[in-house]
Amino acid sequence: MTDLSGVAVGDELPPVSVRVTRADLVRYAGASGDFNPIHWSDRVATGVGLPGVIAHGMLTMALAGRVVTEWVGDPGAVCSYGVRFTRPVVVPDDDEGALVEFSGKVSELTETDDGSRVARIAVTARFDGKTVLSRAVAEVRLPKE
Amino acid sequence: MPDVSFVGRSLPPGAPYRVGREKIREFALAIGEGASVCHDVAAAQAAGYPDLVAPPTFPVTFTMPAIEAFLRDPAFGWDYSRMVHGDQSIALHRPIHGGDDLVTTIHVDDLTTRGGSHMLRLRCEVADAEGAPVATTHALLVTQADPA
Repeated sequence: MTDLSGVAVGDELPPVSVRVTRADLVRYAGASGDFNPIHWSDRVATGVGLPGVIAHGMLTMALAGRVVTEWVGDPGAVCSYGVRFTRPVVVPDDDEGALVEFSGKVSELTETDDGSRVARIAVTARFDGKTVLSRAVAEVRLPKE
Repeated sequence: MPDVSFVGRSLPPGAPYRVGREKIREFALAIGEGASVCHDVAAAQAAGYPDLVAPPTFPVTFTMPAIEAFLRDPAFGWDYSRMVHGDQSIALHRPIHGGDDLVTTIHVDDLTTRGGSHMLRLRCEVADAEGAPVATTHALLVTQADPA
């Protein structure tokens, strides 16, 4: 966990890089209950016009959320989190998988009525040189000093 | 063509979903979330939680199946096979933890057709066994409109 006592607007959060493999998609399908075949069958994915099997948008969102939870140290501190899905993450059937890189920056700090501080974090997610999430923003309650 | 008369309506609440410890661990593992409060009950309790804490996107595990059941219902007329997820937001009114019994009510907030796509905005209000609000999720779901 980072020392969060001196958090300021503009601070960058430690980045997170994840190689997403087909095995990760299968595991996420089981854990989340989302068994849409575009996330595990090339036949179905290409049949609906995709370049191949793509990651669950919610998996990409969850991985991006780790930038925030690993920084604050407590997933229970997240009050809100939202994203727009702009591009799919295509996951090849190999051992390398798809490299997705996440970063975050403190865009706003507010104080709530009970005196705790809430940080607004703008999160970015890049795959293959392109942004895959936009307007990815999380609000997280900072530990009391 | 989806039935626009659903807009502004809420669906009957689903059966309570029991948040299981092992489901939290399984979900945390699947997203690579290593925080001790998601895996270690003693650590979660030491941090002031009654049980393991669910990661922020955990609500999809019980809201999406409810949404899927609605979207596959022929009465609504949605093409589920060509659906893509446009956006998603999750507001947590308090952390979700193991042992919670959560009831989800789906609200059909908006349905528009533009540029050959149907765009559906659904909101899920998640409440605990006492009816206190726990989470509010918003999803934009998009599917191709029938060729004219």
